Amino acid sequence: MAKLGGAAALFLALFLAIDPVTPAIILIVLLAALPASGLAPRALLTRAAPLALAAASIALFNMLFGDGGIAGGIAVGLRLLAIGVAGLLSLATIDPTDLADALIEHVGAPPRFAIGTLAAFRLLPIFAHEWQTIGLARRARGIDESSLGDRLRGFAERTLALLVGAIRRAARLATAMDARGFDSGLPRTCARPRALRAGDRAWLACAILLASGATAVSVALGTWRFVLGQ
Amino acid sequence: MIEHGERVLLLGPSGSGKSTLLAAMAGLLARSGAGEAEGTLQLDGTAGVVFQDPESQLVLARAGDDVAFGLENTGIPASEIWSRVDTALSAVGFPYGRDRSTAALSGGEKQRLAIAGALALRPNVLLLDEPTANLDPLGAQLVRGALRRVLANRTCVMVEHRIAEALDLIDRVVVIAAGGGVIADGTPERVFREQGTALAAAGIWVPGPPPVAPPRRGAPSNAIVVEARDLTFAYPGSTVSALTGVSVILRSGRTVALVGANGSGKSTLALLIGGLLRPSRGAVRDAGGADLARLRARALILRVGSVFQDPEHQFVTGRVVDELTIGPLRAGRAPLEARRLANDLLERMGLAALGAANPFTLSGGEKRRLSVATALATAPGALILDEPTFAQDRRTYGEILALLADFRDRGGALCFASHDPFLVDALADERLTLLAGRTQ
Repeated sequence: MAKLGGAAALFLALFLAIDPVTPAIILIVLLAALPASGLAPRALLTRAAPLALAAASIALFNMLFGDGGIAGGIAVGLRLLAIGVAGLLSLATIDPTDLADALIEHVGAPPRFAIGTLAAFRLLPIFAHEWQTIGLARRARGIDESSLGDRLRGFAERTLALLVGAIRRAARLATAMDARGFDSGLPRTCARPRALRAGDRAWLACAILLASGATAVSVALGTWRFVLGQ
Repeated sequence: MIEHGERVLLLGPSGSGKSTLLAAMAGLLARSGAGEAEGTLQLDGTAGVVFQDPESQLVLARAGDDVAFGLENTGIPASEIWSRVDTALSAVGFPYGRDRSTAALSGGEKQRLAIAGALALRPNVLLLDEPTANLDPLGAQLVRGALRRVLANRTCVMVEHRIAEALDLIDRVVVIAAGGGVIADGTPERVFREQGTALAAAGIWVPGPPPVAPPRRGAPSNAIVVEARDLTFAYPGSTVSALTGVSVILRSGRTVALVGANGSGKSTLALLIGGLLRPSRGAVRDAGGADLARLRARALILRVGSVFQDPEHQFVTGRVVDELTIGPLRAGRAPLEARRLANDLLERMGLAALGAANPFTLSGGEKRRLSVATALATAPGALILDEPTFAQDRRTYGEILALLADFRDRGGALCFASHDPFLVDALADERLTLLAGRTQ
């Protein structure tokens, strides 16, 4: 939960400022803090590569055609990249089970919804595999998918076939969850109680500090520009 | 009436309501609210349930969390949860720690975890609905090993088709008739002595040898139908090859069995031979030298028919008879001829009464026969099947065996991937053993 809060603080700072300095500072600090996140630099690199490409192309486009010229283009690019990296870092380090726990415990989300969603997520890779298999099986039945029309109809029929299996599987999963007393009306306990721990608080504090610090430095240098303030 | 400490095997033909009875004992019927109910059922304490499909009974991403799930639901204090989780995990012999990802487990390991999840709730009775039916032999062995330890002094009711495998886990057998009602009840020895033949006829796997294949008619011509040379294949996004340098020749009137452990590449090879996947190296060609992977689907189905492990994956219409006409129609046959072919096949498969039914509503055995029939409808020279007898009852097993032998005797080239040693012994002229994507 603290991670989401921290990311929100950074997003706010990045959204409010459209100068190059604020995002540059945030980006540098985030990259410096990378080892502490436990995320391998390579993993970040592969995930951030398309993002960096998008940011660079948008920056270039803005430099050439935007009102802000070269500086404006760089600012837009940096801003996008910083938002992306902050988002990646928080998402990549959040465990879905922990998030569901936190949503139930700290935000009061109904377990029926939070745990149900988690259980459904477990089925996604299975559905991806089934989708492939259904496609191969259609070829085995003599169905070509070469023209666009074929493909569109194929897509609809594959979706239907997948849904039939998915609904049945989901019903079985729901029965299995019932059999283990899920949503039976008894008060639920949590096996992984998580008070907002010192580490979480520190994370949140650092993020807020970074967001306000970067803004403050930029204001002090006279470079800070408000999003609506042109 | 089931006493404390009794371990009961519930038997009956498909559709006799074994699973429904088990669900009733688990208290799961009242909530679904469909159908009619009569009579009462009393349970002293609580029931823990283990279902058949390992993919749809685990809830959470980490093994320990999943076992804890039921304990959280029943309001066990957090301080007590983890010691109960650890006890349950060690009772089933779960080989990994609590943090093990449930997605990384094999089918047999997932079922062990599901048993631990049921045990952690300290149920008074354990209900097992075909807990090994969806597993390969190795996985089934893992689960039976776990059950042997767990059931030592517990009350248990188990539904199972393959009795020989459950026999040393139980001490009482109850047989239900197709229309409901108990036909036999007693020790396994007595029930099988008195009811063995009737049970076998009803499709139940009684102890003893499986059905045998009909004797071969005529001599095979041995003409090459499909030739796969030096196949290498890697799935998109994977750095390891699923298959490396595998060659296989299918001949008229002969049978090749693809054998090997889960993940050894059997199913991938079956898809490649069937012309459904394109190899990254090598090629699969028919007798005329055509590359199967490059053929249009409508041309492919005249040469090779493929049958998938799950029949439902290959149903593409809403009626049984349409499933059988669609292939011939696509391959260019006249509607009347396609219709005649379909009717012939329906007759031969014992599906004549079901022509207008929706394929998804058929029983497991009927679905299996229909899926084989769809591949036969275009009279291909070769038939490739993935686990054709997997999870089938004894009757369907016998029917599939006869069907495949008949295809072979009419000059078809037969190839199947299977874990089933009986099927391999009954039909294979040649065995291709795969280990990590290579031939042995």
